[in-house]
Amino acid sequence: MAEPSAAPWVPNGTTLADRICGLLRINRLTLAKYRFCYLGLVPVFVIYWILRLEPIGRTFILSFYDWHLVRPIKPFVGLANYQELLRDENFLLALKNTTLFAVFVVGISVILGLALAVLLAGQLRFTPAYQAIYFLPVITPMVPMAIAWKWIFDARYGILNYALSWFGVRPIGWLTSPDVAMWAIIIMSVWKVLGYNMVLLLVGLKSIPAVYYEAASIDGAAGWAMFRRITLPLLKPILLFVVVISTINAYNVFTQVYVMTQGSQAAPGAPLRVLVFDIYQNGFQFFKMGYASAEAVVLTLIVLALTLIQLRVIRMDGE
Amino acid sequence: MRGESLGTGRATWRRIGVPALSHSVLLAGSLSMLFPFVWMLATSLKPVDETLLWPPRLLPINWTVANYPVVLNAAPFVRYFLNSVVVSVGSMLTVIATSLIAGFIFGKYRFPGKKFLFTVILASAMFPFETYMIPLYLTMKSLGWINTYPGIAAPYLIMSFGIFLMRQHIAHSIPDELIDAARVDGASELKIFIRVIVPLCASPIGALGILAFIQAWAAFIWPLLMATTRNMYLMELGLSTFQFRYTADYHLLSAASVLSTVPMLIAFIILRRRIIESVALTGLKG
Repeated sequence: MAEPSAAPWVPNGTTLADRICGLLRINRLTLAKYRFCYLGLVPVFVIYWILRLEPIGRTFILSFYDWHLVRPIKPFVGLANYQELLRDENFLLALKNTTLFAVFVVGISVILGLALAVLLAGQLRFTPAYQAIYFLPVITPMVPMAIAWKWIFDARYGILNYALSWFGVRPIGWLTSPDVAMWAIIIMSVWKVLGYNMVLLLVGLKSIPAVYYEAASIDGAAGWAMFRRITLPLLKPILLFVVVISTINAYNVFTQVYVMTQGSQAAPGAPLRVLVFDIYQNGFQFFKMGYASAEAVVLTLIVLALTLIQLRVIRMDGE
Repeated sequence: MRGESLGTGRATWRRIGVPALSHSVLLAGSLSMLFPFVWMLATSLKPVDETLLWPPRLLPINWTVANYPVVLNAAPFVRYFLNSVVVSVGSMLTVIATSLIAGFIFGKYRFPGKKFLFTVILASAMFPFETYMIPLYLTMKSLGWINTYPGIAAPYLIMSFGIFLMRQHIAHSIPDELIDAARVDGASELKIFIRVIVPLCASPIGALGILAFIQAWAAFIWPLLMATTRNMYLMELGLSTFQFRYTADYHLLSAASVLSTVPMLIAFIILRRRIIESVALTGLKG
């Protein structure tokens, strides 16, 4: 062992280290360990503080100020920003759109992902190949894929409208009106995240011990009954995880909306208003950063609520 | 008799019918997963007039690669690509370094305040980046980091999930005896970290590296705020501004999209299994 413990009653600790050891009633090895721990964590926490903790806190503070980037006077306004939000049609529209988007993308992608995972869990051949194919959109960057989909959705020359014309559907201006653009973006986003949900749920399905299925089949359960009685309850924690993660991600949707519906001079688009876009526009195009921070706080509360629900349910399951 | 024939009928259905049905569903799904890629590639190899055909044709009539040099001359995509590499590699290395040291300390030591500090790190991950980007932007502005590599990479330099992952790995699969033995040999804590711990973390380092790289590469809204001149654009941002300039020229847009997708596709084909594991088993957010 390195050193005997330097007890506090040892007179005249020769070094500063000895004195500290004495004061804290620890031995020198422990002191060396503490020093390593705190010194090692200092750089990590400095980065955390600058890049994450302080900005999180300051978002809340800014939301109480009329904080305009280029105005020198930034008065405290209390809850005025929040009151204004309640009357702001753009914000309410963004909130509604984002919620609708989240509900549909999560609903569709989780149900489809679960169905695909169930198919793959049946020890099918080529499972790795299927996994890779469905995972491909997850891994490819968003912008090129949004452009590819924009081209598929093109009203005049788009291949989707052509395919629909076989069924007698007249050309749809997918990205020219916000209502329809919502569906185009939902389809694109489901395509993008489906493989992620599928792979995660497949992991969950495979972790269900076979004995449960054996026991249930002895009791005569099969097919849908087996799925409902055995699979779903045992899959609940990971299913919940997938739902919450997907919902949080859906609430932060921005890139595909920006690329697919932001107009340019050649082709005026109909911007689909979502929360992050609204924050971006208020904060960085109109420079109303206090107001945008209030919006960010609302988004934070939504996400926190979802996370807490998840933690709660998991804890209740554990008990 | 009747029951028996029903039994074999059911067995045949199980052996052949169910897999056949599953495969046809999965195959149809696979085609729709792959179609946008195929369509993008095909469009990029068409001359402009063939993109405006009605009815559209899947494959080009006159195959051409002429769109690619046009794209490369119209915008500095090589520069965008290199910027993305710099930011993604920088993010990857920093995330690995901070996660290793913090994961080791949280995994193998006891010290006052440990639980609190660890909780702070995990709790901070519950806040999506988009919710605190405004103050972060102001911080970067006061540091003079707007339009610089560190500024663009800033939010991607840390990952709470990385610290969690390393802590789990180090706490559970590296035995305390190994560390104690090194200590008896007179190694300092730092030396133990570098000589004993880091070499035993190859597998989580790989997983975390992939995760951090992908996350930084996919960054969009932050580079949109931070990069103010074209020479600092990352691939994703460069491509989106290119899109606003050539709105309707899908032969060019497709070629540019292919260019920006190919590096990731190659990486995916090589590291397929590792990537699926690290992304799926963990969740991309951190």
